[in-house]
Amino acid sequence: MTEESLTDDLQTVLNRMAETLKQRLSARGTPDPVMIGIHTGGVWVAEALHRRLGLSQPLGKLDISFYRDDFSRIGMHPQVKPSSLPFGVDDRHIVLVDDVLYTGRTIRAALNEIFDYGRPASVTLAVLVERDGRELPIEAQVAGQHLSLRPDQQVKLRGPDPLRLEVASIKEQP
Amino acid sequence: MSSAADAPRLVSAPGPLPASLQFNEEGRLRHLLSIEGLSRELITEILDTAESFASMNAQSVKKVPLLRGKTVVNLFFEASTRTRTTFELAAKRLSADVLNINISASATVKGESLLDTLRNLEAMYVDMFVVRHEASGAAHFIARHVAPHVSVLNAGDGRHAHPTQALLDMFTIRRHKGDFGALRVAIVGDILHSRVARSQIHALNILNTGEIRVIAPQSLLPAHVESLGVHVYNDIRAGLRDVDVVIMLRLQRERMEAGLLPSEHEFFQLYGLTQERLALAKPKCLVMHPGPANRGVEIDSRVADGPQSVILEQVTYGIAVRMAVMSMIMGGSVNP
Repeated sequence: MTEESLTDDLQTVLNRMAETLKQRLSARGTPDPVMIGIHTGGVWVAEALHRRLGLSQPLGKLDISFYRDDFSRIGMHPQVKPSSLPFGVDDRHIVLVDDVLYTGRTIRAALNEIFDYGRPASVTLAVLVERDGRELPIEAQVAGQHLSLRPDQQVKLRGPDPLRLEVASIKEQP
Repeated sequence: MSSAADAPRLVSAPGPLPASLQFNEEGRLRHLLSIEGLSRELITEILDTAESFASMNAQSVKKVPLLRGKTVVNLFFEASTRTRTTFELAAKRLSADVLNINISASATVKGESLLDTLRNLEAMYVDMFVVRHEASGAAHFIARHVAPHVSVLNAGDGRHAHPTQALLDMFTIRRHKGDFGALRVAIVGDILHSRVARSQIHALNILNTGEIRVIAPQSLLPAHVESLGVHVYNDIRAGLRDVDVVIMLRLQRERMEAGLLPSEHEFFQLYGLTQERLALAKPKCLVMHPGPANRGVEIDSRVADGPQSVILEQVTYGIAVRMAVMSMIMGGSVNP
């Protein structure tokens, strides 16, 4: 991927995502789904999409710390936040939103958590960034942009205001 | 009658216990034995994590997979219903398997047989002991002797500590009152025999509580209680004035030697929490009790069941707080 995709104005990317999502939802006959963002970056992206789509239900927020598959190795995430789904999920069409789709493990955990709240009619996955490196059969239906990164690189969404993407080499992390 | 005297081989005295025993080399919480030695940051982290577990009550499946495949042993040498039940539920809601072992606190329970019990359980590859014992320091003793893969959680040892009770009380206070710095908290009753009071006082101090008061007759106060950073009141009317939280303690009749109190009736007359006395506190003063309450001894039923009472909330939050502690202790036991 070229450098300019990184510097793409995120507002433009979000507008494009919202448009794609809108078309997709109306084509499916589910124009007013419930939306759930995954803490923390996913919530920021979800807030932006939620506004643009004008959804009637309030935004749900999920912290997947209790469902991570690496808990027994690295322990509890130090800043776990409460999950709040201010609606029943049974028979609802859900748009699940995250900032970066990489291995797919976060989405696996989020799906497990959602199913502990009930049985949704469908789940659509929307992500701001997808990068290569999937370890599970999980793909996004709507992706803002695709990034090709080396395994030693990390992409992170900083925010909430303004939102900006940051690519760093993992070795440089403290 | 002190039955603790029957088990002196466990420890010579509770004394100052090594706080470092609670943490591993990386500074991660490995055992929870007492509130002493915990930082304000760590307590806040425990309460924040508990907040997330409390929100789980909205799930139709009230269970998370964190401790799947782990085995938690409730090792109770002293009778308890509420504490054991909430520990059991907490472990089960974390998907752990739970074994309840009640060992009657008879004179035959000596140091050697306790170690034998531990070795046998360790040989079954269990992961955590939740220990309640009548002897102060019992949980420390066990923590010092367990295999490296086992964690110990103190569920009450003698007069020494009951850390998860104090943490759930802090959680309850924080939910209702927010910042501890502005609060005046009174602990009333049998401070002398109360491990709950001791742990509460440490926790309230670590959280920088505005003022901590203890209200009790002199015979039910430990010597030099002021050194814990509390103000002492022998008169309940003076002590309750303008407090934001009042914590009543259970009169521990089973631990009491003769002569400490004239009678329960007289105790209620002098120190029982009634509506009329509660009116001396701030209008929205919380009424707390670790349970089980002796109605008509330390607290009037109308107060225990009244609008300011959060006694049943304490029970509910006890599960979330214990889930938080258990998951923090058990997580990351294998180095990444």
